[in-house]
Amino acid sequence: MKSAVPGTLAAFFCFFSLIVNVPGALAQGAAPGQSASSKKAEKPVTEVKIGYLRAYAPQLALSVLDVPPRDEGVAGAELAIADNNTTGSFLGQKFMLEVVEVEPGADVTQAFDQLVGNGNQYVLADLSAEQLLSIADAARDKGVLLFNVGAADDSLREEECRANIFHTTPTRSMLADGLAQYLIWKQWRRWVLIHGSHDGDKLLADALRRAATRFGGEIVAEKLFEDRGTARRTDSGVVQIQKQMPVFTQDLPEHDVVLVADENEVFGTYVPFRTWVPRPVAGSAGLVPSGWHPASEQWGGTQIQNRFEKAADRRMISRDMSAWIAVRTLGEAATRTQGNDFAKIDAFVRSDDFSIAAFMGQKLTFRKWNLQLRQPIFLGDGRSVVSTSPQEGFLHQVSELDTLGVDQPETACTLD
Amino acid sequence: MGRIHSLLAAAMATGFMATPASAYMVYVSNERDNTVTVVDSTTMEVVKTLNVGQRPRGITISHDGKFIYLCASDDDTIEIIDTSTMEIVGTLPSGPDPELFVLSPDGKTLYVANEDDNLVTVIEIESKRVLAEIPVGVEPEGMGISPDGSVMVNTSETTNMAHFIDTASNEITDNVLVDSRPRFAEFTPDGKQVWISAEIGGTVSVIDNETREVTKKVTFEIPGLRAESIQPVGVRITADGKKAYVALGPANRVAVVNTETYEVEKYVLVGQRVWQLAFTPDQKTIISTNGISNDITFIDVATDEPVQSVTVGALPWGVVVSPN
Repeated sequence: MKSAVPGTLAAFFCFFSLIVNVPGALAQGAAPGQSASSKKAEKPVTEVKIGYLRAYAPQLALSVLDVPPRDEGVAGAELAIADNNTTGSFLGQKFMLEVVEVEPGADVTQAFDQLVGNGNQYVLADLSAEQLLSIADAARDKGVLLFNVGAADDSLREEECRANIFHTTPTRSMLADGLAQYLIWKQWRRWVLIHGSHDGDKLLADALRRAATRFGGEIVAEKLFEDRGTARRTDSGVVQIQKQMPVFTQDLPEHDVVLVADENEVFGTYVPFRTWVPRPVAGSAGLVPSGWHPASEQWGGTQIQNRFEKAADRRMISRDMSAWIAVRTLGEAATRTQGNDFAKIDAFVRSDDFSIAAFMGQKLTFRKWNLQLRQPIFLGDGRSVVSTSPQEGFLHQVSELDTLGVDQPETACTLD
Repeated sequence: MGRIHSLLAAAMATGFMATPASAYMVYVSNERDNTVTVVDSTTMEVVKTLNVGQRPRGITISHDGKFIYLCASDDDTIEIIDTSTMEIVGTLPSGPDPELFVLSPDGKTLYVANEDDNLVTVIEIESKRVLAEIPVGVEPEGMGISPDGSVMVNTSETTNMAHFIDTASNEITDNVLVDSRPRFAEFTPDGKQVWISAEIGGTVSVIDNETREVTKKVTFEIPGLRAESIQPVGVRITADGKKAYVALGPANRVAVVNTETYEVEKYVLVGQRVWQLAFTPDQKTIISTNGISNDITFIDVATDEPVQSVTVGALPWGVVVSPN
């Protein structure tokens, strides 16, 4: 769906560029810098400008608790900017974030050009796959590194991969594999798959089918839940759902788990506790795989959770973490290369020396063949973390994290 | 339980310190169940379990052995425990979320890492007063102090630096980059080097205290274990400066490093997720806290063999041994 709004109007309507969280960043970052500068005369400050290009429109959800926060993702980038600036204050480095928003489906080239024109050589993209690809070549020609923090599409890491796009958000296949490993570990092997009718739902269903084949699950039946455009929130809709969902799931064969693929808030939330036979639900509802969990406190997680909540006044969710990792990746590269030399930063992030710590119990690195971040997958039920994958016993000759998603021998990506 | 209680009562009746001369008391903070376990170093048996504040982690003891200082992280305070009665007798103003600290060699000052606030807090113990707050990197944790007390080193886990602080001015003089998630700072007894463990980096950086540069990186390799599972945390160096012990987290082992060659001479298998270490004052034994297996392991320093593991509370974190 293309936006009907002309470019200039869209630009006026959508652009609100801001250097975010100035008081917070200063409070946290500048204090040591000030004392250092008063002591050691003026240290030259190197600026590292990072853009954040985002497709945003308010979204509805089946549960009001699941409505995405206004600053989803951006708040994670802001926190990483503050973290980078604390470190930067010891090294004479200052990180800045410029956020530009467009509408979902809109043309993003003008917004991207604006960010580049303002000196942002590194741009986080929280866009659809189509939008991201529409700026990939321009970014390459202008010498801009892109960090995909929002699109889970495997195609972006496979047939459509690019040498100038790093991906810090997990793919659908990584999410599906993380979930599947746990279900196999539980010996819940027989699955039914209910998927929605949107493109993303079909891709997630594909990823779940692939995971079943890889890890020994059996999809004993599939059902399509068509989006007929019903309102997501109606006053007494719950009465009807209580009657409809059991009937919808009545004719399924014997199974252990109901898998749900609904990326668009059409029916997923309505499945748990309403199935014909009592079975756990997983996927887009029930036990949900994700790149981060707002209740994760393992591996020092308490520290970033506290820091995030203090800064953003809400819990940290997956997109916040993807953005945090992208900005911290640049921070780490600027720290280790002692400056803001684009070629050096680019080379460092691609090198064997690069790794990033992100409260996940082990160092995270990029897969060299498609620039996807290796990362564990959290499995949570909305209240707490149930488990994290890879599960014990799923072995790999290089990294157990490579048991999640498309591995090197299977990749369709060639980076030039 | 009854037996332990009566034993304990007997111990209390005869006075808590009235133990054989060679016995030390081992104090273990248990992060998960908010207790401190007291273990007799000779019998290697639990003699008492004490309820303390929330999420106890860093633990140290006054040089005369009279008071234990304990970071009760989630209570944002440091508790003072009288070792003669094993009762909490006071608190120190730690600043928010104290995790680890180090006591100055003269026993007068406590330097505390406040991991949520990017600060090191300097506390005068006698007056219970905060003398200074020093801004450091993101998630300060490791705290080490030179034998002469002139230099304090703090590590910040997300900034990945060792911050050298002049204790006279309480100002940072040098920032040294180390590997990912530096957890612990330990000076050699001669004060010439600081050893910094990096949990995610999987290394220990040795920094020259004169030049403030990393002169050596100790690396670890255990057959059959993935590099990612080797996560160095606690570091202790023998009083003669010849051996360094490094707790390797989920690798479930303590590495024994020759400080001359920087080679690992042995990996001692202890318990699961080994984090902190402490010597007995006679240097005959080093004790590890094994978080996930809920125990501590006594290791013989002469042979580097594990002697015995003792079950303590839930998720043992820190350990300190009475000096007398």
